[in-house]
Amino acid sequence: MYSTVLSAAVHGMEVNFIHVEADISNGLPVFNMVGYLSSEVKEAGERVRTAIRNTGFSLPAKKIIVNLSPADVRKRGAVFDLPIAVAILSSLGYVDGERVRGTLFIGELGLDGSVHKVPGVLPVIIEAKRAGCRVCIVPKGNLREGRIIEGITVYGVESLRELGGYLNGETRLRDEERTERYAPCMKRQEDFSDIRGQALLKRAAEVAVAGGHNLLLIGPPGAGKTMLARRIPTIFPPMSEEECIEVTKIYSILGMTDEGNPLIRTRPFRTPHHTSTKAALIGGGNIPNPGEISMANYGVLFLDEISEFQRSVLDVLRQPMEERIIQLTRKSGVYRFPSNFMLVAAANPCFCGYYPDMNKCTCTPQQVRQYQSHISQPFLDRIDICVEAGGVEYDELHSTGEEETSEEIRKRVCAARKRQYDRYGKSLTNAEIGLDELEKYCVLGMEEHGFMKQIFDRLSLTARTYHKVVKVARTIADLSGEEHIRISHLKEAVGYRTMEKRKGK
Amino acid sequence: MDREELKYEYWFANIRKVRSRTKRKLREAMPSARHIYYIEETTLARYVGKEEERNEILNSMKKWNLEGEYRKLEEKNIKFFPYFHTDYPSALRTLLSAPYAVYLKGKTVPKDTLKAAIVGARQCSPYGEHMAAKFGEALAEQNIDIISGLARGVDGAGQRGALNAGGRSYGVLGSGADVCYPKENRGLYEDLQKRGGVLSELPPGTPPLPQHFPARNRIISALSDIVLVIEAKDRSGSLITADQALELGKEVYALPGPVDSSLSRGCNRLIKQGAGILLSPEDLLEELHICSRESIKKKLKNKIMLETSEELVYSRLGFYPKSIGQLAEETHIEISKLINQLVTLEVKGYIQEISKNYYIKKR
Repeated sequence: MYSTVLSAAVHGMEVNFIHVEADISNGLPVFNMVGYLSSEVKEAGERVRTAIRNTGFSLPAKKIIVNLSPADVRKRGAVFDLPIAVAILSSLGYVDGERVRGTLFIGELGLDGSVHKVPGVLPVIIEAKRAGCRVCIVPKGNLREGRIIEGITVYGVESLRELGGYLNGETRLRDEERTERYAPCMKRQEDFSDIRGQALLKRAAEVAVAGGHNLLLIGPPGAGKTMLARRIPTIFPPMSEEECIEVTKIYSILGMTDEGNPLIRTRPFRTPHHTSTKAALIGGGNIPNPGEISMANYGVLFLDEISEFQRSVLDVLRQPMEERIIQLTRKSGVYRFPSNFMLVAAANPCFCGYYPDMNKCTCTPQQVRQYQSHISQPFLDRIDICVEAGGVEYDELHSTGEEETSEEIRKRVCAARKRQYDRYGKSLTNAEIGLDELEKYCVLGMEEHGFMKQIFDRLSLTARTYHKVVKVARTIADLSGEEHIRISHLKEAVGYRTMEKRKGK
Repeated sequence: MDREELKYEYWFANIRKVRSRTKRKLREAMPSARHIYYIEETTLARYVGKEEERNEILNSMKKWNLEGEYRKLEEKNIKFFPYFHTDYPSALRTLLSAPYAVYLKGKTVPKDTLKAAIVGARQCSPYGEHMAAKFGEALAEQNIDIISGLARGVDGAGQRGALNAGGRSYGVLGSGADVCYPKENRGLYEDLQKRGGVLSELPPGTPPLPQHFPARNRIISALSDIVLVIEAKDRSGSLITADQALELGKEVYALPGPVDSSLSRGCNRLIKQGAGILLSPEDLLEELHICSRESIKKKLKNKIMLETSEELVYSRLGFYPKSIGQLAEETHIEISKLINQLVTLEVKGYIQEISKNYYIKKR
């Protein structure tokens, strides 16, 4: 007898529906699986047959053919174990074919018939809902993740036996209470008030987040660069529902969601080590998996010791930083992952870390230059704000004065973001605007023009730096709630500019 | 000396492993270098005691191509002054170990001008760099030639300052005169040749080996009339220069610095030992009786006019870099306002951002 079962697989960010067909006919007893399968799917045959037997169903000595269609899409992963088992049981008449129709199955089987957690459940459920699927059956461990989406029935099963009972109409699957979906943002342990002193760093972080600018921190070891970076997500505006789901999708594909509390409500903070490869950062594989930049989507990508990163690795970040999306082309097609992150980078000023304190610094001027030029200029060009992270004094460390909390800073950031939203009419930050918008919305008065001209000549700025300064000034004006960019805003922005390569004297 | 004669001199100067004093003695006894070239072994033995040195001289004739080697020198545009040449810098003759010859790219060293050496640490602080430039400038304006080693840091800054003021400067190298070391001073090396020169006692093409530098320092001290030590660590090559200058009876001045700065330790020690103290270029010029009080006063007139809040920030800055965090703590000005003032001062040209958010005074 023939039967077909619906399943789905994730390729990149996209979901492909897969029909699992099983046919049982008389003939020599064989078990054959076809349909462009990778080896882990081929192995599913052994797992499924053993699981079925151990659940108590008997497999007749007949010719069993399983086909996964469409036949030209490469099938990967262990998510097909469950639909294959259901298809076989259905064609053997062990379960009710009516109940199987219109239901989507994914899950991995153990030899004892238990159903194991799999990656990629959330995007599958989203697609299933869009395609009009009634019911989805997922592993128990993925149930909460599946139930993030409303308007589709999702059941979690623990074993093949439990599923068999349900499909026969003998038992009902327990309808657990809905996951507490958009509970208020969990209290993060980290907060800006943990940082004593460092007013410059805090201010720079506030401006950077308010305008979506990338940030570079330069300073000696132990100055608190990492500490600050970790707290930057806490002053972002709270994530919207769509953003939460978008972020969770990425982690779901990577199988990194939390079983009990799968929906990610806090902005991601990713800190890849400086030995990371290109593939680790932008995503890689034959059928690519998302990389660090996609995992940092809507959050912060923190690159510590940026001058230790391989130049070529940093350079691959340039395009996704600009386009907010990474497009990977493979033989099997084009894969797109989001990469809408804020970059925070940290670097020492020189090899020993103490330049320009010549009493402590042991580097030669040549070494300092060499160290600083290790970071590629085109990469630096994409960083709008650069500040020095100085050491902290003992008194500051033990001051009892109240430091501002993340919540207070976040309020100002939200207000500034709102001004930008109102001005541009869409969700666009000052850092992202192009030249047209710059000319339209960042108008300078006569006095301001005069000042910029003076600065331009005096500090021999490049055109690019000039634009960056104006954009940052726009953000500072937004933070102070002003319509026009004033000289004081420009001056502050000039103070945040990235140092140009020092030319030979 | 004509070209023909110089060819022989060049060969003679290039004989290695023969001390320059021996060469000088031999050359003094002979009417010309050509006579040495055709010398008999017995005659040679009368002037050169050591057998190895005699063999060295005799062997060198076989390997040397008189015309070819000298032409190479001419092609490189290097001037060659042996000891008895009229353009040999006479100040060097005071040295017991005077080089037998000097090679020069640029203009002949003038004999009658006052010369000051500005020496100091390669890895200097912005304070040292600034001061070196300032002294170089002020002295060069008074027609004093600046002698130094073309090194990174103080040396280069002092020479650059002299050139900026339109003065003359000579660089003494620890490599052949045609080898620019360090490479980053290429610009200075070229400029020096137009407005002074680079000279060396080492034959063209000699690489900058560490053992060449102490010997180079003795030439700097011999050439100069006074030596200014700007910044020097405890065991610095600049102190060697200062010691040699004292032995030759020249005046040594040192720039005082903070007692806890390792870069000023050498200078402060020199002062303790009785070196002159550099307070300002004007002060030095007056002490040298070069400049009158009047003209100095004129210079001091350009007093700085600033707003009070800017003055507050400016007054906290010095020639040692200070970070913005430190300034904020000292002045208790809100950080965004502080940045504002720093940028203002920078635009006005009073201060300089030396590294990200580290500032120094510019004047």
